[in-house]
Amino acid sequence: MNYKEEIIISEKKLRKRTLISFSIFIVLLVAGLLAWNKLHQQPKIEGTPGTLRKGLNFNGTFFSNFLSDDHLAKTYPLSAAVAHVRVNGDAGMENDFDTSTWKLQVVRNPGDTLFLTMDDIKSLPKTDIIFDFKCIEGWSQVTHWAGAKFSDFMAKYNLNAQTQMQYVGLETPNKKYYVGIDMRSIMHPQTLLCYEMNGKPLPMDQGYPLRLIIPVKYGIKHLKRIGTMYFTNERPPDYWYERGYDYFSGL
Amino acid sequence: MKKVIKKHPLAIRWFHWINFPVLAIMIWSGLLIYWASDVYRLGWGDKTVLKFFPTSFYKALHIPFRLAEGMSIHFFFMWFFALNGFVYVLYLIFSGEWRLIVPNRKSLKESFLVVLHDLHLRKSVPTQKKYNAAQRIAYTGVIIMGIGSVLTGLSIYKPIQFQTLCNLLGGYEWARAEHFTLTILFTSFFVVHIVQVILAGWNNFRGMVTGLDVLAENKEMIAAPIGVSSAAFHNQPIVENKERFERQKKSEENHADVEILNEENPLPPATKPADYPGKSEMISNDEIIPVSPKENNESQDK
Repeated sequence: MNYKEEIIISEKKLRKRTLISFSIFIVLLVAGLLAWNKLHQQPKIEGTPGTLRKGLNFNGTFFSNFLSDDHLAKTYPLSAAVAHVRVNGDAGMENDFDTSTWKLQVVRNPGDTLFLTMDDIKSLPKTDIIFDFKCIEGWSQVTHWAGAKFSDFMAKYNLNAQTQMQYVGLETPNKKYYVGIDMRSIMHPQTLLCYEMNGKPLPMDQGYPLRLIIPVKYGIKHLKRIGTMYFTNERPPDYWYERGYDYFSGL
Repeated sequence: MKKVIKKHPLAIRWFHWINFPVLAIMIWSGLLIYWASDVYRLGWGDKTVLKFFPTSFYKALHIPFRLAEGMSIHFFFMWFFALNGFVYVLYLIFSGEWRLIVPNRKSLKESFLVVLHDLHLRKSVPTQKKYNAAQRIAYTGVIIMGIGSVLTGLSIYKPIQFQTLCNLLGGYEWARAEHFTLTILFTSFFVVHIVQVILAGWNNFRGMVTGLDVLAENKEMIAAPIGVSSAAFHNQPIVENKERFERQKKSEENHADVEILNEENPLPPATKPADYPGKSEMISNDEIIPVSPKENNESQDK
């Protein structure tokens, strides 16, 4: 294939064409720079400039189309699990917590709260999972957890009506850390109300007595030390969402 | 009068100039993300030759503690990067332009000669069409790298939803390392590309904006570059024939960059008119005289 089309062109015409092309080029360049600046100066929605926040929300909706109960996080043999599990956050984990009085508060409806003990949770079938825990920072670690399947818990306590809601909100007892999770992700078969790590009760800094393990999300959604749980059709407040991160944060 | 070549189609120029800022933004926002868990280095055992990246590098570019910002930018512009690249590849395929970019059997060998020439270790360069052998390899390489970046990116962005892909790439950790490596390669390509564009000069750069590659002055072209025939000035399309080919080869062996064309040394006549794409898209008929496609160009294509 010959690509070259040679033409003879008057200098005037060449100058004109060069001028037109470069004018368009420079106009687009300046427009691009202005748009880039504008993108950063937009009013922020939950810590992120408006357009970029809309982009994140769009991505969340778009990619949740691919999420299904058949897409399971890869699981590993027990030998792959690390002994020293990384502790990467302590928001909501302050020393103001009395383990002896802890109860899981399940707000079935506003004003209708169910109080559950650890024994109630442990009476559900126990499920072990060894998976690659992924932090939004980029690192990941194969870790071993065990607890009750979230979907089993919902079935046992007749929360079928609640599963029709769009979101579940979770809070630490002191309400300093909180997450919102879409119903499809939290009902995923690998999501656990977790009370064991490496075959032993959760350490304090890993969320004793009960935490969330949700392999289809980044670590920021695996709330430690669950105090309250509620159901809603509005996005529940989310700690890292308010600090500029993606609400969906799904994998 | 000026003799010019319609070098870069408008579509290619758009793809190129859209990709340039978008790729820069992807690399920049990628750095903001990578900082949060910067695990890669060059070295062996405990010995580190180069850490990605030194603290001074982060500080100078104000990278630390901007993970959320980096992600919101990266996952916004990823669409533009992927779509622009996708349409570009479709364009290459359907326009036939891919033939000028994809390396052929001779490209590997010839690319060494091109590199030797660029290092001033060799005077002549192999004949080429739009791009020389080294360019063909480099430009096809970046297309493959782009595809690789999209696939490795997708498998670290949604490793569970695109699990098959993620596993094919060696799993989550490997895919992340591959994504990072591709970014380093892109950056290396970028540096070489910029240096080559600067060395190639204004005409070449202008070509990427206007699409036109300006050759020498028409009336002064007595000593024609190899491969440009006097027929070019007489509105006569030509194609190479055996004799022309032999002459060119001989000139190359003599390291001659130009050949004097005169009555005692005329160029053999054309055998048949050339058929080449874009022949019909003249700028305007009264001002333009179509002439021949030619095999060797004095200007450096970039």
